[in-house]
Amino acid sequence: MSVDKEVIKKIARLANLYYKEDELDTSARELNQILTYVEKLSKLDTGGINPTFQVSPIENIYRDDIVGKSLDLEHVMSNAPEKEGKFFTVPKIID
Amino acid sequence: MNIHSLSVKELNNKLNKKEISCKEIVESFLSRIEKVEPKVKAFLYTNGDRARKKAEEVDKKISSGAKLKPLEGIPIAIKDNMCTEGMPTTCASKILSDFKPPYSADVINRIEATGMIIIGKTNMDEFAMGSSTENSAYGATRNPWDPERAPGGSSGGSAAAVAADEAPLALGSDTGGSIRQPASFCGVVGLKPTYGRVSRYGLIAFASSLDQIGPITREVYDSALLFQAIAGHDPKDSTSAGLSVPEITDFLKKDIKGLRLGIPREYFNPEMDSEVKNKISEAIKKLTDLGAVVKEISLPHTEYAVSVYYIIATAEASANLARYDGVRYGSRANKAENLFQMYSLTRGEGFGTEVKRRIMLGTYALSAGYYDAYYLKAQKVRTLIKNDFDEAFKACDAIITPTAPTPAFKLGEKSTNPLEMYLSDIFTISVNLAGIPGISIPCGFSKGNLPIGLQILGRPFDEGTILQIAYNFEQATGYHLRKTNI
Repeated sequence: MSVDKEVIKKIARLANLYYKEDELDTSARELNQILTYVEKLSKLDTGGINPTFQVSPIENIYRDDIVGKSLDLEHVMSNAPEKEGKFFTVPKIID
Repeated sequence: MNIHSLSVKELNNKLNKKEISCKEIVESFLSRIEKVEPKVKAFLYTNGDRARKKAEEVDKKISSGAKLKPLEGIPIAIKDNMCTEGMPTTCASKILSDFKPPYSADVINRIEATGMIIIGKTNMDEFAMGSSTENSAYGATRNPWDPERAPGGSSGGSAAAVAADEAPLALGSDTGGSIRQPASFCGVVGLKPTYGRVSRYGLIAFASSLDQIGPITREVYDSALLFQAIAGHDPKDSTSAGLSVPEITDFLKKDIKGLRLGIPREYFNPEMDSEVKNKISEAIKKLTDLGAVVKEISLPHTEYAVSVYYIIATAEASANLARYDGVRYGSRANKAENLFQMYSLTRGEGFGTEVKRRIMLGTYALSAGYYDAYYLKAQKVRTLIKNDFDEAFKACDAIITPTAPTPAFKLGEKSTNPLEMYLSDIFTISVNLAGIPGISIPCGFSKGNLPIGLQILGRPFDEGTILQIAYNFEQATGYHLRKTNI
């Protein structure tokens, strides 16, 4: 288990994160340091142990199907970096 | 008389006796902020005009003959990861530099319904990722006990503001210790409630299965009042517990005779900081003098907690932070030629180093081929950690530990080594993984006059008992009365 520059590039692509070429080595080094530390988990026997994805004993929560208050459209749109009327605009998706 | 150094109880008394006005209280804290902020840098935003207006309303109420409830008209500082409608909410990130939420968090609605006055938004590690507040995109907060040192983090702004008397009350959030560790470093009281006790609606998500909002205050009594004000079921948070919250101040009337306190041997090792060790030992002695029964217990999986945490928290963060894509809100990189470039440049420029590091680690732990070895494995070990606590609480009513391995470290001391920074949370992290409540209170000072924190952990939804122990200890020792020289 060792993360190299190529793995960092792949993970960065999955995470939609831009890294400069000269940051890749540092990132690989730091990730390796942390992964080496967490390696101790593999030594622990967890056979027959269920995962705890969340601690509350709650299961599905259902709400009545009633119309509630919605956010103010103008206020919501005021945070958009680029917009046209009540639409968010993005760079062209399909060529 | 400095109004800003009066306790919340005294402020309430003086308001009701008409000895001071709410306007005077607000002005006193605002001028205190103005005076010490150049040195402390706890706030990202102050809310002077709105706070003054609120104060006038409170004063009108008093002059009409109404009696104020204990927290009415009391200023409060809010960590900048809680949505405040119409007020900036940045998460100390560049990516949210211009964000003004279109709604308020459930805790903010409760704060306002109780009549508290929001005085400003406090600094933090970006997206609550850090243990020193150095990861803020807007500069580090300084520890009011020694401005060369970190206030802890990630709720460092809230803890420093309370320690420096810039606000009598604050809210923080705690994912792996982010309320308790800064409370320990700044000599104040920090309570992380049980997971599900306080609504996370409107808290900007870091790790959804671990995040919890809680009070940071100068005294345990204030912590109990503020906890009472923010706790309770919220249908807008699907993990919010449906349980009713007991009258917390009733617990403060009780002594601690016969309460069984567990001391986990894994939290005390020969290499630990000797001053921390001595103060915790003295505190345990004090609790025994007050009638508690102390017994050694074991939490055998403690050594795995940091590893489990940094897999689960980063995995959840990588999913939660996917929403910052430069489309609906937040900043957008403007030199992108296509959609993918827009996403990756927006995120690459908008997030700081630590946030990116954690998104990378979380994405790796969740990626094909590694999910079982990292993410699933960590969730299984989390079960073992939770079982340790369940087992321990069969034999004791609360658990006593140090909050942090050392007093406040120097700014820059750990910022170049991420792993070393992660290890400063070693005593607080298990609590979030297990979902139990914990509180940090001051239990003495180092030779260098730096506060040391005592951590008290309780059974799920038993915040009352840990506040009861904390209150008895505080009243018997008085460490909370010492002030900074800032």
